[in-house]
Amino acid sequence: MHSFGYRANAILTFSVTALAFICAIASLSDNFSNQNPSAEIQILNINRFKKQSYENDEVSLTLDITADLESLFTWNTKQVFAFVAAEYETPKNSLNQVSLWDAIIPDKEHAKFRIQTSNKYRFIDQGHNLRGKEFNLTLHWHVMPKTGKMFADKIVMPGYSLPDAYK
Amino acid sequence: MDWQGQKVVEQLMQILLVISGVVAVVVGYATESFRAMMLIYAGGVVLATLFTVPNWPFYNHHPLKWLDPSEAEKHPKPQVVAKKRFSKK
Repeated sequence: MHSFGYRANAILTFSVTALAFICAIASLSDNFSNQNPSAEIQILNINRFKKQSYENDEVSLTLDITADLESLFTWNTKQVFAFVAAEYETPKNSLNQVSLWDAIIPDKEHAKFRIQTSNKYRFIDQGHNLRGKEFNLTLHWHVMPKTGKMFADKIVMPGYSLPDAYK
Repeated sequence: MDWQGQKVVEQLMQILLVISGVVAVVVGYATESFRAMMLIYAGGVVLATLFTVPNWPFYNHHPLKWLDPSEAEKHPKPQVVAKKRFSKK
């Protein structure tokens, strides 16, 4: 510690190391938060259900999504990424997940919402399996932190089905 | 800075930074404000830098006593003697 440069370097490295520790503690504190999000999805309408000219099945839906994700936000949360996926089984694939809608929720004030929308992304099957198909609509979310570990979870809502014939 | 000052400065720097880190985490967690934590810690770093990096006079209260030049002349430095080669018998 005999020179200015030596002391400046020492304080720089020590403070950056301590900063890393602080961020690790902040991330660990996320494990202690109580989270109880809730969601509900209704299909308002099936707009179109057809075969894409000799190719795969395609569905267009209107969804009514209600969700309360406020409890996911902690002091260490930057944003929450939420998306709705349709999940079903076919003979070819044991699990098909098709993302229908997503949103970035930047803060707690926007975390409780209800929106009615047609699906943002196209619901296209690999094949012709969708007639009369039963599927789950799952709301997934990723809690993105300001520093540290990202948490992801979901709510599965079963019991939706498509008509038996093309529209 | 003298030896005593250097030791004090190193300890002071570590203590100041650790304390400001702890206070930062506690206050940030209690007020649910990440920004508060970062600001308090940054303030602590600036404070520690101001206290420990410049060569303040109070770190020089125990200066090293160098040997007086007249005393040094009484004890000459050892001279290197050229080696004598021993001839083989």
